[in-house]
Amino acid sequence: MLKELRPALVMTAALTVITGLVYPLAVTGVAQGLFGHQANGSLIVKDGAVIGSELIGQPFTGERYFQPRPSATTGPDPADPAKSVAAPYNAANSMGSNLGPTSKALVERVQADAERLKAENPSAPVPVDLVTTSGSGLDPDLSPAAADFQVPRVARARGLSEEQVRRLVEAHTAPRLLGLLGEPTVNVLKLNLALDAAAAGR
Amino acid sequence: MTALGWFQILLFAALVVAVTRPLGGFMTRVFTGERTVLTPLLRPVERGLYRLAGVDETAEQHWTAYAVAMLLFSAAGMLLLYVMQRVQDALPFNPAGMTDVPADLAFNTAASFITNTNWQNYGGESTMAYLVQMAGLTVHNTVSAATGIALAVALVRGFARSSARTVGNFWVDVTRCTLYVLLPICVVYALFLVWQGVPQTLGAYVDATTLEGAKQTIALGPVASQEAIKMLGTNGGGFFNANSAHPFENPNALTNLVQMVSIFALGAGLTNLFGRMVGDERQGWAILAAMGVLFFAGVAVAYWAEAQGNPAFAALGVDPAAGNMEGKETRFGVALSALFATVTTAASCGAVNAMHDSFMPLGGMVPLINMMLGEIIIGGVGAGLYGMLLFAIVALFVAGLMVGRTPEYLGKKLEAREVKMTMLAVLCLPLMMLGWTAVAVVLDTGTASMANAGPHGFSEALYAYVSGAANNGSAFAGLTGNTLWYNLTIGMAMLVGRFFVIIPMLAIAGSLAAKKRAVASAGTFPTHDALFVGLLVGVILIVGGLTFFPALALGPVVEHLAMNAGTLF
Repeated sequence: MLKELRPALVMTAALTVITGLVYPLAVTGVAQGLFGHQANGSLIVKDGAVIGSELIGQPFTGERYFQPRPSATTGPDPADPAKSVAAPYNAANSMGSNLGPTSKALVERVQADAERLKAENPSAPVPVDLVTTSGSGLDPDLSPAAADFQVPRVARARGLSEEQVRRLVEAHTAPRLLGLLGEPTVNVLKLNLALDAAAAGR
Repeated sequence: MTALGWFQILLFAALVVAVTRPLGGFMTRVFTGERTVLTPLLRPVERGLYRLAGVDETAEQHWTAYAVAMLLFSAAGMLLLYVMQRVQDALPFNPAGMTDVPADLAFNTAASFITNTNWQNYGGESTMAYLVQMAGLTVHNTVSAATGIALAVALVRGFARSSARTVGNFWVDVTRCTLYVLLPICVVYALFLVWQGVPQTLGAYVDATTLEGAKQTIALGPVASQEAIKMLGTNGGGFFNANSAHPFENPNALTNLVQMVSIFALGAGLTNLFGRMVGDERQGWAILAAMGVLFFAGVAVAYWAEAQGNPAFAALGVDPAAGNMEGKETRFGVALSALFATVTTAASCGAVNAMHDSFMPLGGMVPLINMMLGEIIIGGVGAGLYGMLLFAIVALFVAGLMVGRTPEYLGKKLEAREVKMTMLAVLCLPLMMLGWTAVAVVLDTGTASMANAGPHGFSEALYAYVSGAANNGSAFAGLTGNTLWYNLTIGMAMLVGRFFVIIPMLAIAGSLAAKKRAVASAGTFPTHDALFVGLLVGVILIVGGLTFFPALALGPVVEHLAMNAGTLF
């Protein structure tokens, strides 16, 4: 038993150094050199300030912007840090709602959102991703249907034609990879940036 | 369900089958000590490690010495990981200023990572400092995987050898697996992930000011290096709380596909290693075929259930076409979420790209069943193969009883000792899974943690112990696991689920190695054909069904019936 103790201790220490320090630090070095933008979080910088990440959804509440899916992330309560309160798109605390399919709380939430959306755009069925929270709470994307659904509202709020806004949505719709893998998506932050740019250029 | 969804599922399966032989061949060379392309580069490191540790690489171990080495190695690792978490505030690489982890949570996490479970009662980005993520969690992702593979190889040697006393050298197996198999793949894999958008930095979290002027703190870190081994080693412990649903862990459809293939890759390769080492590759393919039958059955049910969508939503005017999207990411949709859930629980990975807690009742039942069966469908690296071989022993024992003949597997007579040890290993899992669930649901402290009411709340507790004992690590994450009760009991379930399977399994390896190999005759039951595959699948389903149907009936089955009747909780 004692004879076996030496390899146990030495191997634990040595493999910790190799797999826990050498490996991640070497990968960090190479990654920073080769893929600096991605390695640091694919950040979007505008006028010298970080406005977000291409990959991380952010909250939009105004009518003038395309709004993302609901998010179930929470953050510490400012009044009592031991408690947590709803904080949508908190990118330092990713999580889903974890509500099961027969949850009353889930169905009531969906009902409230669906009624609000139906009032906003009665012409189309409500896309399911607009009333469901994502797994991470940080989903950067909408389905094309969910973006299209918001076109009339955004056009109205910005005084643009629906046709103009719809063209922007189409330009920012990423198809399935090779037409086969994954689902088509619309990156909300990039679309909203393009919307602002279009307004500024007008 | 769509044709494109099924195409992606079949593409995934084809890729797994495609990597099985090359990886099996490579691993066989590594574990038999043959030269590989990496030998010139890594052999000096390997030799240096043995010299430092005082290991004689030519000296093989009896199964008991192999077991003692494995236990000491696990104990040393667990202690180190526990201490690191308890003092992380005082250690370097902690830009977010994470405080020391409480004792019960640190115990649970240490047990979780040395057993290759990676159950997470903590939120990564809100609890763990970078140093613990790297030098604690990443290390155990690697060495617990290497340990699992080493153990499977020891069992395979038991079948392959004849009249032998030893089953290999634990230190050599773990070192070779880490250096030649896991690390080289991980380096390439991690860089691929960074290229696709996964962060890899030691810099602090970034504060962004959103377009609407709100402040958003974006958590970052050395994510890619942990992500690579998390999938390849079937660990599943995410850098972030949301795991592979987080866009920084799994940014797009390509990373998603590669992640799924990498969960199965080594486990599938090990079936081929088994075939090669016992001198008949067909034996490995037969095992893989039995795994494949169970896998496709699971994926079909999960995909079907998720594509249906929630009937309660349809009544509210929500378009049901995209299926059940609660807890799922837009870029993956229902097909890839259902596939990922089946893969991650068939193997003992436990990474998730969608929240299983929000799956449809029958969709969420598939991961549960996969884990209850003991994760033998590919399974954890190593653990899946030895789990499946244990079931093969049961199947052959049953077949032997039917014809009144002493069962044999690969020329080795299976006698009372092997069958008793197998049953010990097979029975300790349901004891942990069902026993703790039964206690938890009658205690106030157990039910207080449930996020959902009704049968779904029961499923949450059941899922926790099933996942813990099976060393999976995925969760119905609504359950608040970070309580004294769940930290301690799930921690215990994980340790028992790992080591009370391993010890009897090593005992079987030792006794098989000592046996003579009988020559195949006309009376030998062939173990490489469809009849054997059918028998094996049948035995797995009968053992699993008899053990777990009552628990499933109380959870997902009742919930499904209630949902269709329009009942909410």
